[in-house]
Amino acid sequence: MAEFLITTVGLSEWLAWTVTAVIAAVLVLNVIAGGALVFIWAERKIAGRIQDRLGPTRTGGRFGWLQSLADGLKLLAKEDLMPEGADGMLFRLAPYVSFCASFCAFIALPFAFDFIGCRLNVGVFFVVAVLGLEVFGVILAGYASASKWSLFGAMREAAQVVSYEVPLGMCVVVPVMLAGSMDMVTIAEKQAGWFTNWYLFHDPFTFVIFWVYVTCAVASVNRAPFDLAEAESELVAGFHTEYSGLRWSYFFMAEYGSMFLVSAMAAVLFMGGWNGPIPVASLLGLSEGTGDTANYFVRLLGMFNLLGKATLGVLVMMWVRWTLPRLRIDQVMTTCLKYCTPIAAAMFAGAMLWQLFLPGGLVPGLDRPAGEIREGWLEGPGGRGAAAPAASDEKVAQVISSQVNP
Amino acid sequence: MAQLIDDDPRIIEFDVRTDEMLVNMGPQHPSTHGVLRLVLRTDGEVVSEVEPHIGYLHRCAEKIGENLTHRQWIPYTDRMDYLAAMNMNLGWALAVEKLMKYEVSEKARHLRVLIAELNRIASHLVGMGAYGLDLGTFSPFLYAFREREKILDLFEEACGARLTYSYITVGGLTADLPPGWLQKCEAFLDQFEPIIKEYHALLTTNAIFVKRTANIGVMSRELAIEYGCSGPVLRGSGVDQDMRRDGEAIYTAMYDGYAFEVAVMKDGHYPRDHEYPPVPADAVLGDCWHRFFVRMLEVVQSMDLVRQAIDRYSACKGTIGEPLKLTEKMPAGDAYLETEAPKGQMGFYLVSDGSAIPWRVRARSSSFSNLAVAPELCRGCLIADVPAIVGSLDIVMGEIDR
Repeated sequence: MAEFLITTVGLSEWLAWTVTAVIAAVLVLNVIAGGALVFIWAERKIAGRIQDRLGPTRTGGRFGWLQSLADGLKLLAKEDLMPEGADGMLFRLAPYVSFCASFCAFIALPFAFDFIGCRLNVGVFFVVAVLGLEVFGVILAGYASASKWSLFGAMREAAQVVSYEVPLGMCVVVPVMLAGSMDMVTIAEKQAGWFTNWYLFHDPFTFVIFWVYVTCAVASVNRAPFDLAEAESELVAGFHTEYSGLRWSYFFMAEYGSMFLVSAMAAVLFMGGWNGPIPVASLLGLSEGTGDTANYFVRLLGMFNLLGKATLGVLVMMWVRWTLPRLRIDQVMTTCLKYCTPIAAAMFAGAMLWQLFLPGGLVPGLDRPAGEIREGWLEGPGGRGAAAPAASDEKVAQVISSQVNP
Repeated sequence: MAQLIDDDPRIIEFDVRTDEMLVNMGPQHPSTHGVLRLVLRTDGEVVSEVEPHIGYLHRCAEKIGENLTHRQWIPYTDRMDYLAAMNMNLGWALAVEKLMKYEVSEKARHLRVLIAELNRIASHLVGMGAYGLDLGTFSPFLYAFREREKILDLFEEACGARLTYSYITVGGLTADLPPGWLQKCEAFLDQFEPIIKEYHALLTTNAIFVKRTANIGVMSRELAIEYGCSGPVLRGSGVDQDMRRDGEAIYTAMYDGYAFEVAVMKDGHYPRDHEYPPVPADAVLGDCWHRFFVRMLEVVQSMDLVRQAIDRYSACKGTIGEPLKLTEKMPAGDAYLETEAPKGQMGFYLVSDGSAIPWRVRARSSSFSNLAVAPELCRGCLIADVPAIVGSLDIVMGEIDR
């Protein structure tokens, strides 16, 4: 994009890069904002259906599809209240911190092979780290609100999110280890082909750790049954008790943004990213080599794949939220420290040993076809890792030798 | 000492000083069931003391009762336990009838049982749904309200009101049932019976629900009796008492010939417990789970009673008779009667000087005693347990504050 602007349009270099960055930022921002609108509407409809009622039906004609937009307008028009004893600057800052953390993490999220804000060689690390910043917004909000309930919510959030990042990190490391790269594009690209190539089905350990990841992800974005930070029956509304109007809606958008993000992360790390369960594109003979239009089509298809998987994850979170009661804070911590962390650690070790002793899978003949892995493309900005590419080289060698010496 | 700690930062680092914090839970808190105010003394998440403050819904109901005739006060009883207004009507009507030594017709008696038990189901449904809300799950609340709406529809058809019925009144009931009502009621019961399984799946046996309620707020038998608890709260602690069986003759006579078993754990078993999910291993008699479960059992028990009442009512010939006149004079004297309302034993006391207007009216609220035990139960629990415990007591502020 930037090269195109420099060479064809003739912009100066810094201007070209700025324009590129602005376009990417606007696109990603719209994905979040539009996504939040759709998800809020979906949540209301799903909650309605689960609870044997209709949900919104009137705003915007059928299905109430304009409901979240109308809510957004209402929030814009509402007065931004601030409690008397509040710490003004921090109170105003907190929603932006939360929202920015959620938004920034999208930069490194690949929607398709090169539909990505910025391809980072430490993408996974970046996303997990930046998503962790969201907790600062919540703590600031709780502290600055001058409300005891908000403070409780903030402290809970701090304890919970910091704890859950430990098992979450362990879960995230497993696909990184299998792919030999922290680059999310590489990780997803390595799972190309049939759905059996997904890391979810790579070995029993990754299958188990996927569910640990789901649990930790739900907990780290504060969704029920781990929504202790806002626990409306205990803490009124938790950390955002004192917020109203647009500032409140930033917290709301951040929540939905993070929900979408952890689901998309699950899709990229465990479910093949933009690679669908059936390699439709390669079955149709479409691949990156067949021309620009085909290329674009393949990526568009991939993007819908990823969005579909991420949406599925979000829908599951909604389903869980409207079904289960809330855990207590000590039970949340017990779940994390006594169950999730040891299980994640054991599965991590298991996946590591599997990689060491059975790099080709249980049945050597069924390992992933070497042709699906586009070797040259794996050379992301970060270069290649050590263990996994070696393994795949070995496999290539095996395949070649089996063809040469039948 | 405090000065020393403040001066020396190293001491603070190695020994983090924590302070107690007073938190107001209510009167505008989402899970205090109305306008109850709880002052929590907390240290972090641990609650060391809970002090309930009541009176936000005080409406001088008793004083008003001393200026109205007995029948005129019926609508004020509606507004006490507004979730079980029929049972409130019944309690007052029976107390006045006890003083007047009046006996209602056979048909009216069965109709009263029918209506009161149906209202008990509605009340327990709210208790169950709201308890789900207290624990952070929203859906059971709407499932409960969906069924409650159907009961309210039935009530509306019978007496024209959905919440404050004034249906049962001194000397009988204001009107007989409209034609076709019994069929509708039976259809509702048939439709409702399998739905109870849903509630058990969503709440009673849900692992998180059990974790949040089992062994929380354990109330011993002795404690329950000491504080004068009654109703499901008392039976949840294993005390076998139910006014419908153990009450005064004028009240128990209403249930003559009805077969029902008090929902209380005896020898480690609940009546007919093979039909329901087993008691979870963590649950201790007297904890929140048992109080909740007793209510769920009473829903089934009340359904049985309603079915029996429908049979008996339709077997009765004649009419339900007319209620007493508004200005019917009462004999001088006093009477006190406790009835088994859904929340517990509801007592009404009245003193008459011989006119139609009582000289003194007093209501004994079960929720009041049930709430009084909350500070004992909440000592040392976590903040999240406070709604769980208070919710399991199933209080109604309208009845406490009157």
